[in-house]
Amino acid sequence: MKKLINAADSVVEDALAGLAAAHPALRVRNRVVHRADAPRPGKVALVSGGGSGHEPLHAGFVGHGMLDAACPGEIFTSPVPDQIIDATQAVDGGAGVLHIVKNYTGDVLNFEMAAELVEDVEVASVLVDDDVAVQDSLYTAGRRGTGATLFVEKIAGALAEEGAPLAEVARVAREVNERSRSFGIALTSCTTPAAGRPTFDLPPGEVELGIGIHGEPGRTRVPLAPARELVAVAMAAIHGDLPLRDDLLVLVNGMGATPLIELYVVFAEVEAIVRGKGARVARSLVGNYVTSLDMQGFSVTVCRLDATLTRLWDAPVETPALRWGR
Amino acid sequence: MDTDFFLAWFAGMAELIRLRRDHLTELDAAIGDADHGTNLDRGFAEVRQALAEWPPTSPEQVLLSASNTLIRRVGGASGPLYGTAFRQMGKALDAPVTPAGFAAAFEAGVRAVARLGKAAPGDKTMLDALAPASRALTQAVQEGVEVREAFERAARAAEEGALATIPLLARKGRASYLGERSIGHEDPGAASSALIMAALASVES
Repeated sequence: MKKLINAADSVVEDALAGLAAAHPALRVRNRVVHRADAPRPGKVALVSGGGSGHEPLHAGFVGHGMLDAACPGEIFTSPVPDQIIDATQAVDGGAGVLHIVKNYTGDVLNFEMAAELVEDVEVASVLVDDDVAVQDSLYTAGRRGTGATLFVEKIAGALAEEGAPLAEVARVAREVNERSRSFGIALTSCTTPAAGRPTFDLPPGEVELGIGIHGEPGRTRVPLAPARELVAVAMAAIHGDLPLRDDLLVLVNGMGATPLIELYVVFAEVEAIVRGKGARVARSLVGNYVTSLDMQGFSVTVCRLDATLTRLWDAPVETPALRWGR
Repeated sequence: MDTDFFLAWFAGMAELIRLRRDHLTELDAAIGDADHGTNLDRGFAEVRQALAEWPPTSPEQVLLSASNTLIRRVGGASGPLYGTAFRQMGKALDAPVTPAGFAAAFEAGVRAVARLGKAAPGDKTMLDALAPASRALTQAVQEGVEVREAFERAARAAEEGALATIPLLARKGRASYLGERSIGHEDPGAASSALIMAALASVES
């Protein structure tokens, strides 16, 4: 598998150097990406992080109206407590820090350890677990955090920018997660630079349903079908868990190697299904935002909006990967 | 068992994990995210480096140094889990280290893994190798067998425990997302735990 890299073990470092060079509003040091203008006195700070390979998540969402810092781990490996502690202390403006954590065992453990070890900073945490492909039960590690992470970071970031206190920012962040659901489908696996070959084999005529964002296999494998049918499967899974109604925020997300034209084919089907249920796509986002390296495929994330959440979604944001209103 | 014994144990772990790195990663590719071997290899290499740079003067210091490196440097779930195991083991260790003291401290480490990972034997995790290893070790020590024999029994129990994860359905960690499809694969965490016990059994004393 060809990769545009210098060496497998320097990918994260090299990419962060590029991020810093391209975006002067960010600072990168010791595997922490933070706003150059942090800490902002009196503002609740948002820190997230996770394995690399999901770009632009999370470092691409650092900036005005979204994250104050991100901690990128190795490819598909959670960051370590030292990074999270550094980030938390670097951006705390005295109003406390919200950790936004995707629900994976490694991320949860490392953020928990960091929150215990960090000194003199008030820390609250929100767990993102929006993936309906995993049943939340005693028999799993719980639902994975996927596309809704972007919603939580954007909406909570806007609220923090307005000056809301930590408890309120945390409450709304949890509310966004509770109102959001996702489902993903892969046409191919992905190839980590270290492994050099696809994480799993997927024959040309088959797709994986219910994938996560680490190239891990999904729940089931079915023959490739027209986009209309695949989207119907994803939307049925979401609708079965959180009925589609009223105003929705919809993300059609590419997994990294999906052409945008195909994502728009998907979006048309999503919109038709939403309309068919009597609901409305009030806000939307189409593109590669929560990726899995070079995987081909898509995920759909739906959030049920209310007036407040809509206002916060529309609020100005200025980050490498998401910017409007400023 | 003195400081050198524990240093040799960690050196042995680092060597075995390097040797089996690709195998661990392949196991992880089947039901996880294909990085267990590379992460542990990186982590245990750093453990060795830290132990060489700041030579510890007691078994407890060896374990705490290793723990610090694993927790702070490895990431993923395995870093905090193995790091916590060695930390609790180190804290529970009394000098001088007797076979019974070692077994009790090891059990404290295993319990800490269960607590932190909220896992129980049968969930298809590293605990499925560590818990039987700890039981075998405690029993061997109670029977009063040679230390080397006790460690060998523990290593065998860990190896058998790891292989016994093959038919299990994963209930914790990333493999649990696969549901039924996790059946038929050895758990990579249990496999690396078996290597840690194999390293213990091959320390020259």
